[in-house]
Formats: sequence, structure tokens, C-alpha cells
Amino acid sequence: MTRRFLPHRHLQRLHQALVQAGFEVIGPQVKDDAILFAPLNNIDELPWGWQEQADAGSYRLQHTAGRRAFAWNTGPQGLKPWLFQPRQVLWRAEHTEEGLRFRAVEPEPRRLAFIGLRGCDLAALAIQDRHFLDGPHADRFYQAQRQQLLIVAVNCGRSASTCFCVSTGDGPEARSGFDLLLDELDDGYLLQTGSERGAAIAAQLPLKNASGTQVSEAKAWLAGARRQQRVMPSEAELVQLVDRLDHPRWQQVAERCLACGNCTSVCPTCFCSKQEAEGDIRGRQAEQVQRWDSCFSEQHSYITGKVVRADIRHRYRQWLVHKLATWQQQFGRSGCVGCGRCIAWCPVAIDLVEEAQALLADKPQEDEHG
Amino acid sequence: MAEFLPMTATLAAKKMELPGVHTLSLALDTQLPFDFDFGQFNMLYLFGAGEVAISIMGWDQGLLQHTIRAVGRVTRPLVELEVGQQLGLRGPFGRGWPLAQLQGRDLVFITAGLGCAPVVAAIHHVVANRDQYGRIVILQGVKHHADLLWQAQYRRWQTLGECQVLLAASEEHRHRRRWRLGLVTELLELAEFDSGHCAVLMCGPEIMMLAALKQLALQQVDDDAVYLSMERNFQCGQGLCGHCQLGPYFVCKDGPVFHYPQIKPWLGREGL
Repeated sequence: MTRRFLPHRHLQRLHQALVQAGFEVIGPQVKDDAILFAPLNNIDELPWGWQEQADAGSYRLQHTAGRRAFAWNTGPQGLKPWLFQPRQVLWRAEHTEEGLRFRAVEPEPRRLAFIGLRGCDLAALAIQDRHFLDGPHADRFYQAQRQQLLIVAVNCGRSASTCFCVSTGDGPEARSGFDLLLDELDDGYLLQTGSERGAAIAAQLPLKNASGTQVSEAKAWLAGARRQQRVMPSEAELVQLVDRLDHPRWQQVAERCLACGNCTSVCPTCFCSKQEAEGDIRGRQAEQVQRWDSCFSEQHSYITGKVVRADIRHRYRQWLVHKLATWQQQFGRSGCVGCGRCIAWCPVAIDLVEEAQALLADKPQEDEHG
Repeated sequence: MAEFLPMTATLAAKKMELPGVHTLSLALDTQLPFDFDFGQFNMLYLFGAGEVAISIMGWDQGLLQHTIRAVGRVTRPLVELEVGQQLGLRGPFGRGWPLAQLQGRDLVFITAGLGCAPVVAAIHHVVANRDQYGRIVILQGVKHHADLLWQAQYRRWQTLGECQVLLAASEEHRHRRRWRLGLVTELLELAEFDSGHCAVLMCGPEIMMLAALKQLALQQVDDDAVYLSMERNFQCGQGLCGHCQLGPYFVCKDGPVFHYPQIKPWLGREGL
């Protein structure tokens, strides 16, 4: 595919084209000392010059001299909260003169165009699609919002130290699932289209043909991003975690783990939710509310009078074995896309990659349970 | 089918089975047929309190029966409902017992504790269709004689002469006619069935089911003949909310009734 070039000074035209096509533009911004996706009024609000220094248990934004809007890799959240909302009213119950009545809450999707999603974000989206859309019962709210999404993805030109998407096969380039794809250069963007909708947007932009130098420059940046410090074991190795359920490592990591659920909250593929009933003060109406939940909470595995995963060691094991091994049986691939968010946002610096490697390092112990 | 939005149901009758355990008979406020398999469950909703997953215990004269132990935030007020009051119901969810596939075989039902409604539902069905099955053996374990739910029902099954009913009480010291002192798994030696042509349907605490599985193996019952109903935290009923996972399975949609060979690797592991 021939690539086209969009000079920096015309990036606002992309924003305009999206707005004219009826989209609300959502883009990365510096908020609360992190990169967060929020409504983007104009491209000046992009995090120009900002990149993160991330490590196990640490995430700091740093301003650099470079004039790039996408020099960062991830913030604490990608697309997940926009499609699978942290709080969602499912239906309402009401006592009326005719008796008890239930009313479904109708989804209110917004036409959203996201700028700046990465390969890992799109891989996570494909995984969440499988969970929320492809089962016997689709999630109505996810489905409605999913249909209203346009995606302008960006290939990563560097990797944070927490990134390991090369080893999961999900980055640093975006391979599918985008409408438009950018490579960021110092003076502008190489642009590819991934859909007819994307091509229609691109047709409104003052694009030039990309030069050979620009194409090789983009390749060089991607090659740089491929040099990553962490390597997740292969899926074939990870599936063997199911033979490590009695490994002493679970107890060791449980002694550090606070069971705070940060990892599940920032994970772009985690999908657990709980349901709660909320009533109004007059007792006439009640709402059934779905909220994000975490397998690290004690209540998560509660059944009549007992908690199945009573110890943190059980809960950490559930998260890791599910994410990396049983997820493959459920969805045909590992649930990890290599974004590294769970590593950076863990308050006690537990490193998923290090744990997986340690668990797989030695031969499985004799399985007493046969 | 009400998978997402509850339908309303009216409490038509309420019966106390034991202190704190009530059977609610519900009239669905709909003309649509409610098709379900024994072993499936519903999500019952009490206004303002929330939902709780309850196995379908039976279907009698157009009423859907659920037996509920009042132990939690929702179940305690739920059993306080009065006849004529309404509640919400979503379901049915999950996979039930494959009873149609088991025709012609001897059936052995093993349950313990209070959570045996899924098995009782299946017993109702096979007793009502007695000629389609071989021998029927019902094994039930409780801690105390008085803990036995649906006592009248068990008495009827005992006296019908068509089923072998064996009862065990693990924490009693007084003998009682037709009862054995001890664990339900010890009853298996007394059970009369063809181990080569039977199906075993179990539900109850996992520790009981594991002990029963050991005993069944000693009695030459093939793994392939065994089905178990598993209990996990069910909230959505649709395999979406993630609470009910057991290894690679979403118990609410892949179960709650499993063919034993399917979940064998995941049974008896603490904290899964």
C-alpha cells in the first residue's frame, strides 16, 4: 500500500474531517499526571512532547524537547472504559399501580473517533469483542457503542520499559482493526487507510505522497520500538501454567500482593463485572447497576456462606492462570496483549512477565491430584 | 426466555421446609411457555435488594418451584415475601442434566447438604417417567435427621417401591429406621445398580462429590457415567460477568451440570 504524508501543520484538518463526519473526537491528553483519553477539542490538546517513564510500580510523565504528540506508549486506560463502562445501569424496576414493572435501559452510544490507539489497544479490543459480542448473549451496551467507533491508530515509535507487545505479537505496529493508521515522524505523519470509512476521511486531507526517506524513517522508528526489555513466554509455554497450580511461587507473590485490583482495572482485556441493586429513597424505583469487578476481591468468588478463593494466593493464581492460560481455551489466544499496564500500575511492583517466567522456569512438580 | 430483563412472577404459595428454608411456588406473569431443563437455574430478583441465583427445584401445576435457604442479603428478605406479592425472574440459565440421553440406564442420585435442589428436580422427572429408566437409587446425606428437606417427598419415593432410597446422617448418634449413621458415600456400597450400565447424578459440597467419585471408581463405575452440578457465584447468568469461572469454564453457561470427564482436572483443587 502506498503511504501518504500529512504534514504536522495539517493535523488539525484530520480533526476537522472527523468532526464533519459527525464524530466526537477522543484523544490522549495529559490529565492527573498521566495520559488519558478524553474529548479532544483541537490538536493542541494532544500531549505534545510528553512521554512516560514507566517501570514496575512506577509511571511518571516527562516532557521532552521533541515535538511529537504520540511519543508516549500507554496511559492507565485505553478503550476499555468507553465500551465496557465502569458503571452501567442495566434496567429499572418500579412499583406501579399495576404492579412490579421492569424497564430495560436503552444504550445511548456516541459516535466516537479515537485518535492515538496502539497495536496493543486494538488487540485488546479484538479480545473484548470476542467476549462481549461473540458468545451466546452479546452485551447490549458494548455492542451498541462498538458499532459507533472510528479508530485512528498510531504505530509506536518507542517502547516504555514495561512494554512487551513484541513477544505477545500485538505491537508495536497496529496490524488490523483501525480505520486510519499513522506513523509519527518529526515533521508529520505517514498515513495508511484500513477501511472505506477511513479512506473517506483521508480523501479530505491535504496529503502528499510519502518519500522513500520518510518511509525508511518510519521503519527505523518501529525497529527501535521493537527493542523491548521484557519477553512474555510463548502461548504454548503459558498454557503449561495449568500444571503449576501448586507452585510455591504463588505463595511468594501473595506475600507481596495487596489484592487491590489495580492490575485488573488497568488491564484492557479484563471483563469481570458485578451487579448491584440501587434503590431510590422513596422505595418506588430501583436500578440494577453493573460495575467493574475484580477477581482480587473477596466477594468475587462468594457462594452461599463461603468464599471459594479465600487466600490472595488463590486470587493471584486465578488472575494469572486465567489471563495467560485458560483464556487460550476460552478465546483462542492469551488474554495478555503486552501493554504492561498491570506492571506499571501495581503499587508493589509485581511484574506479570517475571512471575510467568518464574512459574515456568522449572519442571512441573509431581501432580498429587492426578 | 428472559435473559437480560426480568419478567415478573407472583408468589402463589410458600412452604417452610425447615427453619430458614422455604419453597416458593411462583406463577409467571406471562402467557409464553417457560421451557427449562432440570438442573438449570433462575436469577430471582427482589425489589430493591437484588438478584440471587436459585436452582429450579420443580414444576408443579403450572408453578415454578424454588427452594431457598435464607442466609444472604437477598435470600433473607426474599423468603419474607407474602403470597400475592411479586418478584422478578430471569432465566432459565445454564445446562441441565442430559436426562433424555440417560434413558434405559440405572440412575444413581447422590446429594448431600441443603443444596440438592438440582438433583431433586431431576428425580421428580424420572419418577414421573418411571418406565423410561432402569433402577433408581437415591442417596442423600445430611448432618442431622431433621436437616432432610422435602421429607414427605422422600417418604413417598421410599414407599413407592420403585426406587431405592438410602439416607445417611453424619452427626447423629441415635439410630432411626431407614437411616444410616455416617456419610452419604458409605451408602454407595448398599446401592443396587448395574455399574456397567448406569448414570450417576450428583450435587452437593465438592468434598462430598470427591469422596463419592473415589467410591464410585472402587465400584467400577466409569468416569463417563458421572454428571455433577457445580456451584459458583452467578450474577449475569450469561457467561459475561466472569464470577463463575472454574478453570476454562464459565459454570453459568458451560454448566452448572458438567460431564465428569470434562471438569475432572479442575475438581478438588483448593481455591479454584
